[in-house]
Amino acid sequence: MLNCTPKELKERTGGVINPAKTCQPLGAMYAALGIHGCLPHSHGSQGCCSYHRMHLTRHFREPIMASTSSFTEGASVFGGGANLKTAIKNVFTIYNPEIMAVHTTCLSETIGDDLPTIIRTAEIPEGKVVIHANTPSYQGSHITGFSNMTKGMVNYLAEATTETKKEQVNIIPGFVNPGDMREIKRILKIMGIKTILFPDTSGVVDSPMTGEYAMYPRGGTQLKDLVDTGNSKLTVALGSYASADAANQLERKCQVPAVVLRTPIGVKATDQLLMTLINKFTVDIPVELEEERGQLVDIMTDTHFHFHGKKVAIFGDPDIMLAMTEFVLSLGMKPIHVLTGTPGSGGALGTALGNFEKEIQELLQEAGVPGKVKAGGDLFDLHQWIKNEPVDLLIGNTYGKYIARAEDIPFVRLGFPILDRSVHSYLPVVSYKGAMRLIEMISNALLDRADRDAKDEDFELVM
Amino acid sequence: MQKSVLQDTVFHEREDSIITKGKQKKQLTCDTASVAGCVSQRACVYCGARVVLNPVTDAIHLVHGPIGCASYTWDIRGSLSSGSELYRNSFSTDLKEKDVIFGGEKKLARAIDELVAEYPTKVVFVYATCIVGVIGDDLEAVCKAASAKHQIEVIPVQSSGFAGNKAAGYRAACDALLRLIKPSQKKNKPKASTVNYLGDFNLAGEVWIIKDYLKQIGIELNVAFTGDSHYEALKNATTASLNIIQCAGSMIYLAQRMEELYAIPYMNISFLGLEDTAASLRRIVDSFGDPEMKLCLEELLVRETSKVKPTLDWYRERLQGKKAAIYVGGGFKAISLIKQFREIGIDVVMIGTQTGRQEEYQTINELVDEGTVILDDANPSELEKFMVEKGAHLLVGGVKERPLAYKLGIAFIDHNHDRKHPLSGFVGAVNLAKEVATTLCSPVWQYV
Ligand code: SF4
Ligand code: SF4
Repeated sequence: MLNCTPKELKERTGGVINPAKTCQPLGAMYAALGIHGCLPHSHGSQGCCSYHRMHLTRHFREPIMASTSSFTEGASVFGGGANLKTAIKNVFTIYNPEIMAVHTTCLSETIGDDLPTIIRTAEIPEGKVVIHANTPSYQGSHITGFSNMTKGMVNYLAEATTETKKEQVNIIPGFVNPGDMREIKRILKIMGIKTILFPDTSGVVDSPMTGEYAMYPRGGTQLKDLVDTGNSKLTVALGSYASADAANQLERKCQVPAVVLRTPIGVKATDQLLMTLINKFTVDIPVELEEERGQLVDIMTDTHFHFHGKKVAIFGDPDIMLAMTEFVLSLGMKPIHVLTGTPGSGGALGTALGNFEKEIQELLQEAGVPGKVKAGGDLFDLHQWIKNEPVDLLIGNTYGKYIARAEDIPFVRLGFPILDRSVHSYLPVVSYKGAMRLIEMISNALLDRADRDAKDEDFELVM
Repeated sequence: MQKSVLQDTVFHEREDSIITKGKQKKQLTCDTASVAGCVSQRACVYCGARVVLNPVTDAIHLVHGPIGCASYTWDIRGSLSSGSELYRNSFSTDLKEKDVIFGGEKKLARAIDELVAEYPTKVVFVYATCIVGVIGDDLEAVCKAASAKHQIEVIPVQSSGFAGNKAAGYRAACDALLRLIKPSQKKNKPKASTVNYLGDFNLAGEVWIIKDYLKQIGIELNVAFTGDSHYEALKNATTASLNIIQCAGSMIYLAQRMEELYAIPYMNISFLGLEDTAASLRRIVDSFGDPEMKLCLEELLVRETSKVKPTLDWYRERLQGKKAAIYVGGGFKAISLIKQFREIGIDVVMIGTQTGRQEEYQTINELVDEGTVILDDANPSELEKFMVEKGAHLLVGGVKERPLAYKLGIAFIDHNHDRKHPLSGFVGAVNLAKEVATTLCSPVWQYV
């Protein structure tokens, strides 16, 4: 019934059908929520801001606050400078955040508002901070926006104030759920390494119920810690698309060495994170983590026959796709279709940070799995691929449900946004623990399907 | 725990947008632009236009702009279809930097060509987003050329414009609909005892409920604007003998124009709650002046009321004395809700809308009890302040208000796009009561 996608492949150049990405400001807004006491501000018309808040609200099921410059017709002629100045004044008078993180929209970008100058000449109360990032949505995706706002934090706030670097690490988690951020902090705590995680939306968009509404929940990276990132010994950027730009900027600005790693999903990527840390800090791998790793490997061996040779299609944000491709390969699965909506090269504007298609193809080739890979694709592409070369499992955000239903394939929800299920944002997919959860999700989906489809005589108790 | 810093703060500029019944003599100021720096709940022109047109099921809805505007509106409303599902796809020209610099007209033309080839259809709506207004693409010209080329209707929706709010978008949508329904010959032959049903988007199948009532009393529903509508049906819209309007906010303009152009009279009705549903059906029947119809209707009213009355009484006993806060999109909905809550014993202590009009606020003011807070385009801190102050047990709102209510330990129902059960007509009244009870009587609040 919802199956409108034709099988025959044709070249398209006129835009997108069923997008696998959304626009930069949403990512910037999400990153800004990861600063404690921060009110994100959308410099543009109110409609954009309203949509971004709504989308984030649907994924996290939390109130998402952000103010807007509320452009009027005049702003498109005279520029939005006056609107932003009024907005800054109003925001601090009424909502009283510690920091206001301004991002642009297509509109203010097209008009060409000069944000640094406007902010410099605005009335900002003593002790308060305004930062900004340019986030034109006609470039990149929400991931680019996340990257740009994170870089904005470095630009405005990071300072190298000490002679020698401190025994502490900066970690940039990328566009992941608060559950993942909590998990990363947990690991670093067990390892005994002082960590500044930024942005950190845990405790902000997964805050506990208290019966009272706090506009600025307890979580988020503290302002003083953002300043102190300039004194850390190392920055680990998890994911080249969402996190590398900020890390590299920090290296340029404050000489903090940057290491870019894969989002730590699965054994290999998590190992890499831990190895990087023990190489730089004088710590050992704690028994607790060794045990978790051992458990994960145990689970993988216990269940590998469920996965082996199963064909998978995966779509979502580029950093997660890279990590997931590696992970499902490690389970013996064949990721024959891998797609992201984010354009291929570059985190932020102009800097070619990675080449998505090439990187994934390398992983596939190494494993001897032929597959289709696309950056800047859409779900129409993916659906066509699946029609032409069917898969046993689909992994992706909520929008995958149309394809899963049309093609009757098991579906595991992963990534952003998930609009039709809950709890996902509280639990991790990163680290050994997160991998266990992923294995549970994937095998449940496959085995539930096997049970559903089994004839009476094939229906088994033990699987 | 730290109290919110916002508890006592309300923007100075917003003072005229909030009144308490019985306290002031002044009129409420509504329809003003939101304040810069405000956490406004308001949406944009495009949003308004999209909401109205989206339920046209067999149309290609192509958003001309950067990707976001299309992403956020992809199948987010539960408008049901009995036919095509084409409208549930998301089409965008996904404008890139070079399109913004050199113009997006060529890409738009290509997009239309490709989409029409992939999905044969008779009508394409092309929505302008803000940026299109700024870069100056001539939508009209591109659509005209595409229309000639493919021999189908390609209709531009002038929904660019950041100054306006949703209401301006409703109007842009109505203009697009007027273009679509224009009969090719002179005037379609009018059919007796047929109505068009304006301002119902068939959320959770609401149009179908009303269609069935009308059928039972011998009235044919010609076409609904726009719930579960399609090209052919819309093309015959001008044959109806009466237009009835549920959501006046979005559709009054269309009704007025149709009266001018095609001499179709219109009437505001509301199918929310028993009182309004019965009164509305009576007024429709009266306008046809057919005694047999009248008889049929009275039978239907007795039948339907007796079906739901015992259930509603049961709920009223349980809900009596609870206090509700309402924050919805349009004024008509707010008005109906006040009455509907009264039917199940609930008092409304705070009420606001995003786009309510002056007359509607007057009606609201007459309906509510002394001390009820009335506000226009509220921001979250105002909602919080007044809900807490007035001791509301329940909030009726949309997607952004839900988590806010929950955080305060206040029950919630969605009376917007996310509703999952039809709230129209007699069954709708029961569904509403049931939803209210489901949330208000849940044991989870004990843990707060
Ligand atoms: S650009 Fe304009 S049309 Fe698009 S979401 Fe923003 S306000 Fe609405
Ligand atoms: S105009 Fe740009 S910023 Fe606004 S919603 Fe559309 S794509 Fe996003």
